[in-house]
Amino acid sequence: MLKMFVVGVGVLAIATTAAAADISGAGATFPAPVYAKWAEAYKAQTGVGLNYQAIGSGGGIKQIKAKTVDFGASDKPLKPDELAAAGLYQFPTVVGGVVPVMNLPGIAPGQIKLSGQLLGDIFLGKITRWNAPEIAALNKGVNLPATPITVVHRSDGSGTSFLFTSYLAMKNSDWASKVGASDSVQWPTGLGGKGNDGVAAFVKQTVGAIGYVEYAYAKQNHSTYALMQNKAGKFVAPAAPAFAAAAGSANWLRSPGNYILLLDQPSPAAWPITGATFILVYRNQDNPDAGAQVLKFFEWGYNKGDGLAASLDYVPLPANVKTLLKKQWAHSVTAGGKPVYVAK
Amino acid sequence: MGAESLSLPRRPHYGSGMNTELASPRGAPPGHALGEILFRYACLGAATFLLAALGGVVISLFIGGLPAFRAFGFGFLTSTTWNPVNEVYGAAGPIVGTLITSFLSLLVALPLALGVSVFLVEFCPPRLSRPIAIAVELLAGIPSIVYGMWGLFVLAPWFAAHVQLPIAMNFAPDSFVGKIFSGTPNGANIFTASLILAIMILPYMAAVFRELFLTVPPQVREAAYGLGCTPFEVIKAVVIPYVRRGMIGVIMLGLGRALGETMAVTFIIGNSHGFPHGLFDSGSTIASTVANEFAEATSEMHTSALIALGFLLFVITFIVLAVARLLLREAKV
Amino acid sequence: MTRAAYRRAFNGVFVVLCSIATFIALSALVMILWTLLSKGLGGIDGMIFTHDQPAPGSPGGLRNAIVGSLIMCALGMAIALVIGILAGTWLAEYGAGTRYGHVVRFFNDVLISAPSILIGLFVYELLVAPFHGFSGYAGGVALAFLATPIVVRTTEDILTLQPSALREAGMALGASRAFVIRKIIWKSARTGLLTAGLLGFARISGETAPLLFTSLGNQFFNAKLTQPMASLPTTIFQFALSAYDDWQRLAWVGALLIAVAVLFINIVGRVLARETHRS
Repeated sequence: MLKMFVVGVGVLAIATTAAAADISGAGATFPAPVYAKWAEAYKAQTGVGLNYQAIGSGGGIKQIKAKTVDFGASDKPLKPDELAAAGLYQFPTVVGGVVPVMNLPGIAPGQIKLSGQLLGDIFLGKITRWNAPEIAALNKGVNLPATPITVVHRSDGSGTSFLFTSYLAMKNSDWASKVGASDSVQWPTGLGGKGNDGVAAFVKQTVGAIGYVEYAYAKQNHSTYALMQNKAGKFVAPAAPAFAAAAGSANWLRSPGNYILLLDQPSPAAWPITGATFILVYRNQDNPDAGAQVLKFFEWGYNKGDGLAASLDYVPLPANVKTLLKKQWAHSVTAGGKPVYVAK
Repeated sequence: MGAESLSLPRRPHYGSGMNTELASPRGAPPGHALGEILFRYACLGAATFLLAALGGVVISLFIGGLPAFRAFGFGFLTSTTWNPVNEVYGAAGPIVGTLITSFLSLLVALPLALGVSVFLVEFCPPRLSRPIAIAVELLAGIPSIVYGMWGLFVLAPWFAAHVQLPIAMNFAPDSFVGKIFSGTPNGANIFTASLILAIMILPYMAAVFRELFLTVPPQVREAAYGLGCTPFEVIKAVVIPYVRRGMIGVIMLGLGRALGETMAVTFIIGNSHGFPHGLFDSGSTIASTVANEFAEATSEMHTSALIALGFLLFVITFIVLAVARLLLREAKV
Repeated sequence: MTRAAYRRAFNGVFVVLCSIATFIALSALVMILWTLLSKGLGGIDGMIFTHDQPAPGSPGGLRNAIVGSLIMCALGMAIALVIGILAGTWLAEYGAGTRYGHVVRFFNDVLISAPSILIGLFVYELLVAPFHGFSGYAGGVALAFLATPIVVRTTEDILTLQPSALREAGMALGASRAFVIRKIIWKSARTGLLTAGLLGFARISGETAPLLFTSLGNQFFNAKLTQPMASLPTTIFQFALSAYDDWQRLAWVGALLIAVAVLFINIVGRVLARETHRS
């Protein structure tokens, strides 16, 4: 019996009937579906397999530093000094938004208006009922119930939390001083749900709850979302054009190391809690072929992947930003002084 | 052929006293001696390898957690602050959550497991016995993530609606009952996490209990029945003392499983890092905290704090098992 | 009430309590299985076993995850059974009562409670970081770490309870201890050892956390143990927590497959061992 085991394992181990993936990457959970979609189509077209696994932005950063993968992915961009210290180069791929969702029977999606300051106060626990005067001030004419507010946040560290807390820290000085911004913070109040799924489930199960999720979850679950007031003072709904507007009005040219947060961008149509997700590769490639393959894949994603990304509720980067990034590759990712790949 | 002795067989004590170096009895083929030595040292090697592996894990955890221990000292164990932004970490919340959920789940699972295994061995109609045994073991084969999802989507809402809300509505928040059972009524709390854990460890314990009960020689049980014992008395006075050592082992197994279970607990425990105020309050365990935050932890101190938590879990397990062993050794007459 | 009647009544209460306990356990099983079946059965189609995991919105199956899980579980169980049964045998036979035996038994129990994610981290440091790559080997080894202590514990408990008359009879006939253990004790403890193996397998078949940092996972089919390998639990984990209906459906199918696999191996194992089981 034991012999059978060992022989069987040996045979399976040697079996190499199918090709293994050619490049590997790991990191953020947010873009995993779109990278999987791109990888599937890319393999069908070119035969090259790109295996991406979502182990978290922190995991992505750790693994690229440990050189166990060909590229890392992170929702939180690394600052230029961190990049320089590790010898990495980062570039964004797609854009998405974080949406506040709530459970208020009788209130339709998009009926409630919120501002960053107000959202911060709610998550600080300063506002405890839905019919509080601060909320009523922004929502004249809406019949707000007296239900107590239950805050739901993420229990696990995540780029979504990073975006959300960064936004709150920008708009609410109390939040900035008491809590701060990170992918994992000490939440002053509320329940922790695991993953976007957990937050969505808790919100759904608790009347009066408010939480935050990635746009894809809000859309797929038909959640009750709020309109947010952006920098231009307008109240916008979360949707692909609003995220694209935020990405388009950002100042990419003046962002050294491509470190950019798309929060609270000036365009009147922009959704204030938008963020891009980033790829990390080494500036100096030990294996130029692998580096070239990574860049080729993302070039394909830029040129041909827009439709696929949109079908999964992701927003592609604006065309001019893509051109700029492709030009960057020639001098940012090199091996022995020569560019690893020159994009078209 | 004489009748077999009816004395209760005692555990063999080959390891002490008896001369076991008779590797090759007189007249046996010479090859035996080598085979004997090889086998004995293969077994010893396996046991030592196990020890070394555990040692390796504990040492690597200690080294990884050292920065956190150095930074926070003893306060790490008593502080409930867990602030990744300010890089201040304290393990009290997860430690308490781990202990409460594990013991509570054992409290629920042990009588259930005993009841199930006794039922299967004594009272169950023979034809039903095997299918029910397999059904109970099937519970062990369900992936822990399914328990987590089931807990989150089915148990939690049910619990909130049928247990927490009635209590909240009928008892004032300040009363004794109100205080013990305080907490947001959404079903995600320490108590429901313990229930899920109990269902998870139940099949392991029931399966091994049943195997243990089946090793009792039928003559012994029949003798007891012959003396007029009821099934309950047979179990209590004959079967359980016979398998007592094994039962302790099973309880350790169940407790160990409960202390380290990750996925099932993470979904439903509510994940707040502070001290839980009541049974129906949300909390966290060491395993759930590590599972939640390790993938995203980028800073050295955060990672180190999480690994330090892991090391603490080993220490807790060590202490709990040692204490349990001591207590049980004294209880044995 | 006469003493006899009292004892009978007490026994009656006991029977009822045991039946209730069994009922509770079975209802929990039924409820969870109901959830599994209602969500998982609908997703089963011909493609599950023939196609690899898809991107959201594309058709596909779970072939790469199933094969990966089989390979890594087989590797893990092979290691766990070898080391576990040998170590458990040592604890029960050679080391019983010795101080070293106490130490090994104790630390084995500690290892049982190790959170699987920490084991995964340790194996990462051992087999992934130094070799700059995730692999199926690392995944299999991590699973072995989780299954072995359970096998050891159960093996020791079962072997200890084998009647010493068996050992004495063997020795009296002139067999060496190794022979007695291998051919007599192991044989008579066969169902117990099988249970040990089944419990170990049940434990590792659904484990996600240790595989995340060792075998990583793979979107494509890969049977090479030196490369990242997909597995059912990691795929379930990724798909169940996503926003997409088709991915969630596949996740439940995967969970159902694991439960069915454990059930199947359980039944097959018991049938095979039935011949030598002593009543």
